[in-house]
Amino acid sequence: MTIPSATVAPGERMSVRLGRRAAGDRGRAPAGSSRTAGYVFVSFYVVLLLALGVAPAIYAIALALSTPGGVGFAHFVDTFNFFEFAPAFEHVFEFEGIWLVSQTFFVVTLALMVHTLARRVSTAFRFIFYLPGAMAGAASAIVWLFMFTPSGSPFAFILNAFHYQVLSNTVAPGNLPIIFAIMAFFTGAGGWIVIMYGALNNIPQELIEAAEIDGSNAFQTALRIKLPLIRKWIVYMLVLSFAAGSQLFVEPQILGVATNGQVPAQWSPNQLAYYLAFQLDRFNDAAAVSVDLLVIGLIVAALLVWRGKLFEVD
Amino acid sequence: MLARRYMYRLIALAILLGFAAFFFVPIMWLILAPTKTDYQLVHESPFAFGSFGTFAHTFNRVINYQGQLLLVWLKNSAIYSVGGTALALVAAIPAGYGLALTQFIGRRTLLGITLVVMIMPATALVLPLFLEASAVHLLGTVWAVILPFAFFPFGVYLAYIYFSSTIPKDLLAAARIDGAREWGVFRHVALPLARPIVALIAFFAFVADWNNYYLPFVMTYTNSQYPVTIGLQILIGSAPVFSPTASGYAASEIYRPDLAMATLIAIMPVLIIFLFAQRTLVQGMLAGATKE
Repeated sequence: MTIPSATVAPGERMSVRLGRRAAGDRGRAPAGSSRTAGYVFVSFYVVLLLALGVAPAIYAIALALSTPGGVGFAHFVDTFNFFEFAPAFEHVFEFEGIWLVSQTFFVVTLALMVHTLARRVSTAFRFIFYLPGAMAGAASAIVWLFMFTPSGSPFAFILNAFHYQVLSNTVAPGNLPIIFAIMAFFTGAGGWIVIMYGALNNIPQELIEAAEIDGSNAFQTALRIKLPLIRKWIVYMLVLSFAAGSQLFVEPQILGVATNGQVPAQWSPNQLAYYLAFQLDRFNDAAAVSVDLLVIGLIVAALLVWRGKLFEVD
Repeated sequence: MLARRYMYRLIALAILLGFAAFFFVPIMWLILAPTKTDYQLVHESPFAFGSFGTFAHTFNRVINYQGQLLLVWLKNSAIYSVGGTALALVAAIPAGYGLALTQFIGRRTLLGITLVVMIMPATALVLPLFLEASAVHLLGTVWAVILPFAFFPFGVYLAYIYFSSTIPKDLLAAARIDGAREWGVFRHVALPLARPIVALIAFFAFVADWNNYYLPFVMTYTNSQYPVTIGLQILIGSAPVFSPTASGYAASEIYRPDLAMATLIAIMPVLIIFLFAQRTLVQGMLAGATKE
């Protein structure tokens, strides 16, 4: 679930200038030759972008819109009325609600705490927090499968407190959003803590010292000085995580296999799209669900790029 | 006052240690699990160490499962990840340079689109990509996985940022005055200076490709094509403890320590990179958040 792009925040040095001015102030070669060279440099990437980014999106939209009678929204209506459709989106939004709230709270709190430590100690903590990122996806799902199995789990004492005896107790339908939130937090939070820590380091030391001279304690400094200054990274984390979370697939998939179908194969929208395409051979309907997901991702991304003021656009 | 400050520090440290345990305990468990037998794994302390002999035995069982299937999956993962990463670099480095240091019509639009597709989760395009790959008869070939991996807009973004902020403008201007053509400037001036960003993009691309599940899940359909992420799912499916119906291969049953071992082997390449590239990585991740 952790996408690498989620682990780098746009900072001041990384700000993107989309304006013509940006390149204009650099010593550039005569316009003609530079322009041709520019096209050559981006050509391979543009081919990939068109073939593997734009084309499949257009193809999916075309498939979703093509009906026996011509062009229409029948497939969108069909899938919307499909009895697994609403639950799949409900599941994912419930998961996202739990995950985003807890991740935001804990990532910010932990980053603020780590930031008050001596450098060497803080490095060790950040590394431990970050390490699970190496097992994002299937590996983390398998490890957590064991963590959620009461017999032999290091967290058995917690599972026992809830009177869970076997794995199927833990992965009861009502628990699934929390379970996937824990998995997502496990692999993703560390990267964000590292980023927040970096953002905190960016705050001028004088500002923090001034607050301390004014009698502000560590807690007040964190809340009133540091927190407002890292707000844009918190927004960035929220938006990126929301977009990534809406695509949930591997975790419910693995859990479904491990519990003999106790987690249904249409638990998340992406699973539903897969199910429609490969179990029911309803490719147009699958394309419609893909387009739904694509639109969610696109809206979120466009909002962040053009409205979020995170990337400098002029 | 002082007591309160100590109190605060103590509470903070306790919370930090608690979370460190949350993040580290599953990894610790994963390393210890293959040293134990299936019985020990369930009945002994999760942090008990079994024996090196059991570890070696489990390793052999897993490696030799169904004619060394795990090695086939690992090889496939390597082909997909290395191929995808190499192509991603070939596309991203010149593109980042072109976007940062040359001027052409559509540059601004291309940057905007790159940012949008970078933020948009790649999984949203997997099914459409499958339909496209099917239309152009690429299904069942390695290209159905490698080509989508090659499209890595995040790498283009990183290269763009690097070239527009790190390469001294004067240096490029001087090279141009000396009569070097744009390509020559890129090849002889910019590229040699781009080593850090090549490493950073390679890392992000490789880790994303190695851990990718959904794309190969859709694009591949035989054991000889699966990467290790799908392989792990197949192993769960053949573990009677999780899938009681999965007793088709009596001779090749998978037990819990075997699953842990396979998972450990599967994450090893990425784990090694994380351990050894830690400093570079953290610097790279901080590139956005720290001033020079």
